[in-house]
Amino acid sequence: MSDITSLTLTELVKNIKDKKISSEETTKAFIERGEKSRDLNVYITEDFSSALEKAKSFDQKPNFDLKLPGVPMAVKDLFCTNGVKTTAGSKILNNFIPPYESTVTQNIWKEGAILLGKLNCDEFAMGSSNETSFFGNVQSPIDKDLVPGGSSGGSASALAANLTPITIGTDTGGSIRQPASFTGTVGLKPTYGSCSRYGIVAFASSLDQAGPMSKDVKDCALLQEIISTYDEKDSTSIDFKRNKYSKELTNNIKGKKIGIPKEYRVDGMPKEIEDLWKKGIEYAKDCGAVIVEISLPHTNYALPTYYIVAPAEASSNLARYDGVKYGFRSKGENLIDMYEKTRSEGFGAEVQRRIMIGTYVLSSGYYDAYYLKAQKVRKLIKNDFDEAYKKVDAILTPSTPSAAFKIGEKTNDPVSMYLNDIFTVPVNLAGLPAISIPAGVDGKGYPLGLQIIGKAFDEQNILNIAYAMEEKIEFKNKITDWWIK
Amino acid sequence: MTIDLKTIKHISKLSRISIDDEKAKKLAGDMNSIFDFIEKLNELNTDNVEPLTSIAETTLKLRVDEVKSKNIRDKILKNSPDENEDFFVVPRVVE
Repeated sequence: MSDITSLTLTELVKNIKDKKISSEETTKAFIERGEKSRDLNVYITEDFSSALEKAKSFDQKPNFDLKLPGVPMAVKDLFCTNGVKTTAGSKILNNFIPPYESTVTQNIWKEGAILLGKLNCDEFAMGSSNETSFFGNVQSPIDKDLVPGGSSGGSASALAANLTPITIGTDTGGSIRQPASFTGTVGLKPTYGSCSRYGIVAFASSLDQAGPMSKDVKDCALLQEIISTYDEKDSTSIDFKRNKYSKELTNNIKGKKIGIPKEYRVDGMPKEIEDLWKKGIEYAKDCGAVIVEISLPHTNYALPTYYIVAPAEASSNLARYDGVKYGFRSKGENLIDMYEKTRSEGFGAEVQRRIMIGTYVLSSGYYDAYYLKAQKVRKLIKNDFDEAYKKVDAILTPSTPSAAFKIGEKTNDPVSMYLNDIFTVPVNLAGLPAISIPAGVDGKGYPLGLQIIGKAFDEQNILNIAYAMEEKIEFKNKITDWWIK
Repeated sequence: MTIDLKTIKHISKLSRISIDDEKAKKLAGDMNSIFDFIEKLNELNTDNVEPLTSIAETTLKLRVDEVKSKNIRDKILKNSPDENEDFFVVPRVVE
């Protein structure tokens, strides 16, 4: 058997069920590799000794009927974990210990998985490069000083570096798909309402969704099957008939109509992205899909819309951090002074910038011009997709307008950083599911991803298309372990 | 449109984030470039468009109003920045 940490989740589960390896051996392997990989800075909190205890007790009374029997895994530090510090990558929460568990992580533990630790992310999930975390930037295992993408950068790096067999992230404007694309991994952003938001530190509530990140599409389908449940604790959770995504997974996509939106050919898009997209179209055809040219005319307005809606919701959500009931508190001369200093010292620059934008667009005299306008354009963007889905079953685009960039390259120019999410943001605005799969590399050998966008609640269909295309693409991630001395 | 320093100071007050002059200048620069980018929306006529207020078109379900989390008082208070066994403590508000 090859090294435990390089197995896919499906292979790992099979080995555990066949009693070829124990949960303890598996957990030990991931812990040892994690300890050797601290230079990547993927963990905010390691929960290794407790993980090992849980693995031992699983082995004493194993239950092989579970879907994740004794499988250790790390999760993004945006999910509240009962009794384990949860920071959202922020100083303002750096000592917060939740007295409750998020529904998504609860679903995972119920299937027998074991928490390895909490993974680094951009502060409050606001960022595209994992450089805004209070706990420092994350290194990509792909190359030294390369960003892993963001905001689920710690999750993507940990997965690509074989520090966790599978993981979960959250996606508000691309935070699962963009880092998956940058690190040669698979990431799914489910339909809005598919996975419960209960216990996830809120960023922009009408856009946030949790989703699986994995080494291949089969693993992704399995984890989605586990985390997607109706939850009465989240009033936007939707009670629809969920597929058995992994059982129903098929590579037969003959006759599926796949749309190619002409508006995604943006100015200044590197040739290698254009070529990747063309290659993707050929792969889809090889799988028997029918390619249809479509138009999503308001694509260019998605990012400006997002940068009104998301900060507006964030400014409301983050109003709760006032230094009173939990988290960091600064000394002030009076109550108001304490609030203002706490928030000024507790939030990082990007978070403060977004709170300020959000407060401004919601403030008296500007609401109609910005927030209401953005909600109307959001409707137009959703209408574009509704129109397109009268003609096609899914849509194929690149995941990002470029491959990963170097740490520090874009930190001084917020707008150029925001442009990273140009292909992913429309999906969140319309509440649709979309998956990013690795599909090739750029001139430097850095991974590039393709995105398949589905109809609402049609996760099974995009998983099937991704599964079929993955077989044709035969992508292999080249990880050299450069960070291990 | 330009957002001036006076507006920045006003927004920082509304946001309850204290900022000094240097930070205000930096924020004014960043926000102006972001709002230049956002202005693109004005190209669109949206007079007859209904705003999208909720992406999940679902009717809220009713549930029984009952306490489900019990005996977590100590755990909750333990997260309080100013330690006290019984209350959340804040700076004096009444002189």
